[in-house]
Amino acid sequence: MSNRYSFGGDEHLFVECDESMSLEAFFKSLSMTSAVRESRIAGVTEICPANASFQIKFDPDVIKPDDLLRELTAIEGAAEKTEPVIKTRIIEIPVFYQDPWTYETLMRFRERHQDPKATDLEYAAQVNGLSGVDAFIAAHSGAPWFVSMVGFVAGLPFLYQMVDRPRQLQVPKYLRPRTDTPKLTIGHGGCFSCIYSVRGAGGYQMFGITPMPIFDPEQKISYLRDFMVFFRPGDIVKFKPIGRDDYDRAVEDVVAGTFAPTIRGVTFDLREFQKDVDGCNARLEGALDDR
Amino acid sequence: MTVKVLNPGLSTTVQDLGRPGYFHLGIPIGGAMDRLALRAANLLVGNDEGAAGLEAVFIGPELEFTQDAVIAVTGAEMPIKIDGAERPSWTALRIKGGQILSFGYLQKGARIYVAISGGLDVPLALGSRSTYPIGALGGYKGRAIAKFDELPVGTVAFAGEGRTIPERLRRRPAMPAELRVLPGLYWHRVVEESQQGFFDDPWKVAPEADRMGYRFRGGRPLKFVEREQPFGAGSDPSNIVDACYPYGSIQVPGGTEPIILHRDAVSGGGYFMLGTVISADMDLIGQLQPNTPTRFVEVDMQQALAARRDRQGVMQSIRDILV
Repeated sequence: MSNRYSFGGDEHLFVECDESMSLEAFFKSLSMTSAVRESRIAGVTEICPANASFQIKFDPDVIKPDDLLRELTAIEGAAEKTEPVIKTRIIEIPVFYQDPWTYETLMRFRERHQDPKATDLEYAAQVNGLSGVDAFIAAHSGAPWFVSMVGFVAGLPFLYQMVDRPRQLQVPKYLRPRTDTPKLTIGHGGCFSCIYSVRGAGGYQMFGITPMPIFDPEQKISYLRDFMVFFRPGDIVKFKPIGRDDYDRAVEDVVAGTFAPTIRGVTFDLREFQKDVDGCNARLEGALDDR
Repeated sequence: MTVKVLNPGLSTTVQDLGRPGYFHLGIPIGGAMDRLALRAANLLVGNDEGAAGLEAVFIGPELEFTQDAVIAVTGAEMPIKIDGAERPSWTALRIKGGQILSFGYLQKGARIYVAISGGLDVPLALGSRSTYPIGALGGYKGRAIAKFDELPVGTVAFAGEGRTIPERLRRRPAMPAELRVLPGLYWHRVVEESQQGFFDDPWKVAPEADRMGYRFRGGRPLKFVEREQPFGAGSDPSNIVDACYPYGSIQVPGGTEPIILHRDAVSGGGYFMLGTVISADMDLIGQLQPNTPTRFVEVDMQQALAARRDRQGVMQSIRDILV
């Protein structure tokens, strides 16, 4: 499938790899954005990868829009031949599912929800044909997720689960967006999960909360000292369900400056994944056990 | 020296020309909504064009100067007062230590820019002093200024007072305001009748208009080309698989009210966009008040680039006068 190109005014070129979300479309976007970065085209000022598309910001005083388009289509041909393999990292993110803070928030905005009598998790389990909240949490935390885009607001990761399409969890967004979401809420809308990096408005269903900060403009958190945003597109995330005690302990560790997320370097090969989803995921998750 | 905030106005923030380079991580460029106005104000007081100044929307601040300085106020039309005496806009003005800068009621436009010789010397955050309140980043403590704040000011050789930018180089929105749009992105998602309607219909700026985006009301709802929604896009016909949003892009959630993203844009999301306001007209949006009648005017890339050169020509004329 070839890309669709369209200019966003005189300073942006939008490139859609596919209308539909898939790991294949995400990989095409990822490999094209790396190729564009490596080609160092004069006049390209920003490269923004998204789930199944990407965006180039350019300075039309330096490169004519049509010349940029020509460069990009040339890169597309080359990018299709690159091996779908990335060196990346897997991160274990502890999640306190059914926590009191997102519960308080979801109750406050119940009239904006499809099912005012159920919690977001109960609703999500039901629309996915699962037996209940526990089964939904098992599915949500049972297979890893790709960070397929970072954005919306500062440092917020969009996450796409690494399972075949029939096992994808899909939940509609709230009927009307909330005006409040606790910081570090684990949300879900459409086929994407996310982690709200800051407190604010949001339309995704709320499932739980992580004690692990992922955006720190003051750069005081040990693992955010080098850069204030934690996630990069291509990161792999594995959610680990935790209870109240573990959550409280992790928050204390964060405050004390001793919280250290579990991060391991891994290699991901799309072809290996396509051949054996569960085997590939087991190998990736195994890396988290290396101490 | 410092400038004491006696009254912050409605929402007054420190802004420069922004922090490009982090939109791929969700951190927008930020910076002055009306960049030409900030550049001009800076040049008037002898600063670099990109020095940090104050952007105030609808209501001006009240500021006490602790030392002598040269200031200039550009952008919207709002009476400028030093110790109560009215002074001209778009002009370098001498203010003495102990004097108070204040403003009358807004007359035209939406945002004023206050440049102070030396520039506001708040710490750089990712290469810029612009305020990004959602991320508590940059500016004065990552937020709009508040009463009792003391804003640090850098030092610069005083420029002469009295220099001014002629009327013909100041830009004001037409009535109705006209915003030139390059159709594209997901333009094909709406039917031809709605494509035409978008440009034919009269629109008005809605009350929900801020640094993140400007919402518009009044035109007919858009009709979408029927399709089976792609996997991951969501069920509404205005939904797409979450993608990047260009600055100036026009999204229409549910097909009803267009939203133009501006300097503090969210970097992406799941709503289709029908096109993008051209770079030459982005400054103008920052000067639109709620309820301003507005028309969208279709242009092609050649016209967009010609308009960009026109605006650069105006800026060059200002430099030629002042530098």
